[in-house]
Amino acid sequence: MSEAPTINMAEFDPKDLALEDIDIAQRSLWIEDKKMAFFERLRDEAPVHFCKDSEFGPYWSVTRYKDIMEVDGNWQDFSSEPAITIVEPEEDFPLPMFIAMDPPVHDDQRKTVQGSVAPANLKLMEETIRARTQKVLDDLPVGEQFDWVDRVSIELTTQMLATLFDFPFEDRRKLTRWSDVATGDEESGIVESEEARQAELYECLEYFTNLWNERAERGESNDLVSMLAHGEATKDMSPQEYLGNLILLIVGGNDTTRNSMTGGVWALNQNPGEYAKLRNNPGVIPNMVSEIIRWQTPLAHMRRIANKDYELGGQTIKAGDKVIMWYLSGNRDERSIENPNEFIIDRPKARQHLSFGFGVHRCMGNRLAEMQLRVLWEEVQKRFHMVEVIGEPERVPSNFVHGYTEMQVVLHPH
Amino acid sequence: MPKITFIEHNGTQHTVDAEVGQSVMQAAMDNLVPGIDADCGGECSCATCHVMVNSDWLAKVGAPNDAEDSMLDLNPEREQSSRLSCQMTVSDELDGLIVDLPEFQF
Repeated sequence: MSEAPTINMAEFDPKDLALEDIDIAQRSLWIEDKKMAFFERLRDEAPVHFCKDSEFGPYWSVTRYKDIMEVDGNWQDFSSEPAITIVEPEEDFPLPMFIAMDPPVHDDQRKTVQGSVAPANLKLMEETIRARTQKVLDDLPVGEQFDWVDRVSIELTTQMLATLFDFPFEDRRKLTRWSDVATGDEESGIVESEEARQAELYECLEYFTNLWNERAERGESNDLVSMLAHGEATKDMSPQEYLGNLILLIVGGNDTTRNSMTGGVWALNQNPGEYAKLRNNPGVIPNMVSEIIRWQTPLAHMRRIANKDYELGGQTIKAGDKVIMWYLSGNRDERSIENPNEFIIDRPKARQHLSFGFGVHRCMGNRLAEMQLRVLWEEVQKRFHMVEVIGEPERVPSNFVHGYTEMQVVLHPH
Repeated sequence: MPKITFIEHNGTQHTVDAEVGQSVMQAAMDNLVPGIDADCGGECSCATCHVMVNSDWLAKVGAPNDAEDSMLDLNPEREQSSRLSCQMTVSDELDGLIVDLPEFQF
């Protein structure tokens, strides 16, 4: 850990700083939502950029779409171990999980659980998802202000997660809390200290260990805990590895879709012309869902470690160096995406975005996420002329989870 | 021009003229064949251009390369005849090729 940064990035116009002084991961840029202009400068002038000193140690930033594709698709030269975010893992609290493992162990563990969210299974889930979405929307107050994040985004994603785990439904908000705790830290205000964070995660492990024991005794069923307890590649996991994989599945299924559910409303409010297009043509919803996921990019980055010296964008990344692929920036790269800063719900090739990652670690739940968002918007459009955002949403203070903690809205009926 | 026939899961057939040297995926995209997403644009990085090669054509088409094999392996609905169409190059030898499309792309 280095000393506190001497330059507060958020106080500067990006062009007034020397390239070598830019630390795009610095929290202030994310808390104050000033990062986009910095990304633009990096894409233009230093697309493969080295930051020699930061709160997270030295790291490379890869900010162009094609360069990110190249790194993400190459697990042989860019390792996902031991962690996939810019923060170094706690030495005394390792959390092994398959997203942070390379093949072949990654492949074996992932295969154990990916059937749960494979398309054939999703078809069976759609009716349940739709019924729940209808219930959540029908219970909302019309014409009075409430928090969309809490009442809709968190509620729907948490219900989904509880179903995938076959988790006791009345306790489902524990999943929301563990998801926040897993990606939060003391500086984000989510927990008071690293000790408190670990204590809460041990509660998560304890709760899930009871579920594991119960499922292991029963025959195999198609919930995620049962799949892990019976799977050849996962049944002998250590408790810490079980916890790591639980966190992966909880965060993967929770933080991401939640923030796209909120981000879509926010994007449509800032682009009334697009909201009008949606009202006139609800058939655009599947395409809009991809555009929302691109525009929001609910996970801003993934991290790799170079396995060997590697030439990229005229720079030499050295073996052992930390490399951050900024999906959020790649999704705004005008070299690969036309008018990338515009939110266009009928955008051609909307599926070609980086938000799910590419290569062997590509998001396992991408089709489920798309379905949840499609069903939500189909049901919202049946009920409401507009979900109007009041003021500005509150942002998650993180350079990894790119989302919202609160967004006040008022519903207007047709 | 070699002809390629794509058969949707519901049985609908699409026979298209393909250009030698392009990928089978691109031939489908250029002719608006539904059922192929190709999210990564042909980089063998997303596995959303999955097809099953008709058994008469398997030997001619050959086996997937290593990168393709690891991407296909992520799909629980993979079959023995599964290929990623972005990794198959159209040639005169493949004139008449028939591939089935899966019900869903992964």
